[in-house]
Amino acid sequence: MIMLVIPCSLLVAFTHYPAVQALINSFWNNGSSRRPSRFSGFENYQALMEDDRLAQILINSTIYALGTIPLAIGLAIGMALLVNSRLPGTTLMRLSFFMPTMLPMIAVANIWLFFYAPGIGLASQILEVFGMQSINFLGRTDTALASMMFVAVWKEAGLFMIFYLAALQSVPTNLKDAAKLEGASAFRIFWDVVMPLLRPTTIFVAVNALINAFRLVDHVIVMTEGGPNNSSALLLYYIYEVTFRQRDFAYGATLTVLMVCLLGLLAIVQYWVLNRKAHYQ
Amino acid sequence: MNRGLNRILLSTMGVVFAALWALPFIYSVWTAFHDERYSANFQLGAPWTFENFVEAWRSAPFSLYFANTMILITIVLVANLILCTLVAYAFVRYKFRWAGFLFALIMVQLLISPEILIVENYLTLSRVGLTDTIIGIALPYLTSAFGIFLLRQTFMTVPKSLDEAAQIEGAGAWRVLWNVYVPLAWPVYLAYSLVSISFHWNNFLWPLIVTNSPEVRPLTVGLSVFATVDSGVEWSLVNAATLMTTAPLIIAFIIFQRQFVANFMRAGIK
Repeated sequence: MIMLVIPCSLLVAFTHYPAVQALINSFWNNGSSRRPSRFSGFENYQALMEDDRLAQILINSTIYALGTIPLAIGLAIGMALLVNSRLPGTTLMRLSFFMPTMLPMIAVANIWLFFYAPGIGLASQILEVFGMQSINFLGRTDTALASMMFVAVWKEAGLFMIFYLAALQSVPTNLKDAAKLEGASAFRIFWDVVMPLLRPTTIFVAVNALINAFRLVDHVIVMTEGGPNNSSALLLYYIYEVTFRQRDFAYGATLTVLMVCLLGLLAIVQYWVLNRKAHYQ
Repeated sequence: MNRGLNRILLSTMGVVFAALWALPFIYSVWTAFHDERYSANFQLGAPWTFENFVEAWRSAPFSLYFANTMILITIVLVANLILCTLVAYAFVRYKFRWAGFLFALIMVQLLISPEILIVENYLTLSRVGLTDTIIGIALPYLTSAFGIFLLRQTFMTVPKSLDEAAQIEGAGAWRVLWNVYVPLAWPVYLAYSLVSISFHWNNFLWPLIVTNSPEVRPLTVGLSVFATVDSGVEWSLVNAATLMTTAPLIIAFIIFQRQFVANFMRAGIK
């Protein structure tokens, strides 16, 4: 029994307790040294409903998740097919695809900060070669979020590639041979034989990618701080900013509750979708 | 003939795509090894230099940051291996009430990771006075639901007969764990260690919030401070520092490429 008590109490102290505590704190306002915090009912939640910045950030987060996850998964499948093929140069390709995954997000952010840097960065130099105006990718409201999304895809696709590579290597060759005998084209073989076998991997990767889309905001902190004009802020970044820059712990707790509810909702949807799929199979 | 041409075409496309993919990284490497005045204009014949690394190393306490990261990942790894083993073993070997419910409660951490709960965890930490300590950075990560899950899955594949044979020989619960379960799970321990090390080497947000002084900062936070304190800082220095702090992971990856990939796969398949 002792085996369970120490690890579990640690887990409870830093997972369940804070989640519940956030819920409790979200009904209280901020105290100060002169005035202790008092019960404020739904005041924080009212502020939440009227927060225009939050509305913008929720839209950003949705675009971010819906944009990065399918793109990263699609690229990962393509990369895995390339690396898995018996073509020359696959070792180099694997190294190139997997390298960004090994780097810390903070290093990735620095590398891309430099890449995007107006004038000096490679992105604007390439544009200049083609005779186009250099763009301040991170400094414009219409390009900042897309630029951040690209960074996230660059970092994550290589990791997902590894999972697809594992799945591809476990596809029985006799299935593919049979299809080839039937005269199926390479594309048909991939679409009708290999793709269905990759579904469990896709589900696993999608769940991971979704959690990561909420969990990882290091690049936002380093590259844009949510700007310009809020256009690249994500929910966890907002929690960080409200709590640790503006020192508004009560509102931070309220946002945490919102985040936990969102994740719980997504988990329920995923569970429901997976269960329904299982029935059909 | 047609097939051969196709292969060459596809292979070329693959290599070009891989080269484009690596471009930001290569550009950063190039800048780090060249004098500042070449960082904006690319010239093939530009002389290579190591000066940027030396200067970056001198202008911030990177050796201290390295030591802190080492201490941090060691604490987390050792605690993870011990605690997750105990929990997984308890779940596999003993039947007790609420086991399923308790396991589900533990798995909640997979969904709601410590990063999401930074607000309340920070308050907890400051209440017990552990902000700005390495232990404080490690604390929320000491037990890992992922590790527990992985090890439980592995322990469940250990044949019951082995366990029983050891018991007949007179081995107690601890001996059975140490002599039967742990040796059989060796590859999983290795895979999990790799994942854990790279995760905590790279972790940023929580250490950023918890730490205040250079004495406890891990590499990631140190790097971000270095890159922002003097915003007018030379790009070649920032790039050199970025590479320097990630070099151990990159070198380890290049040396152990095959094992890394195989282990990541094994950890992923579950």
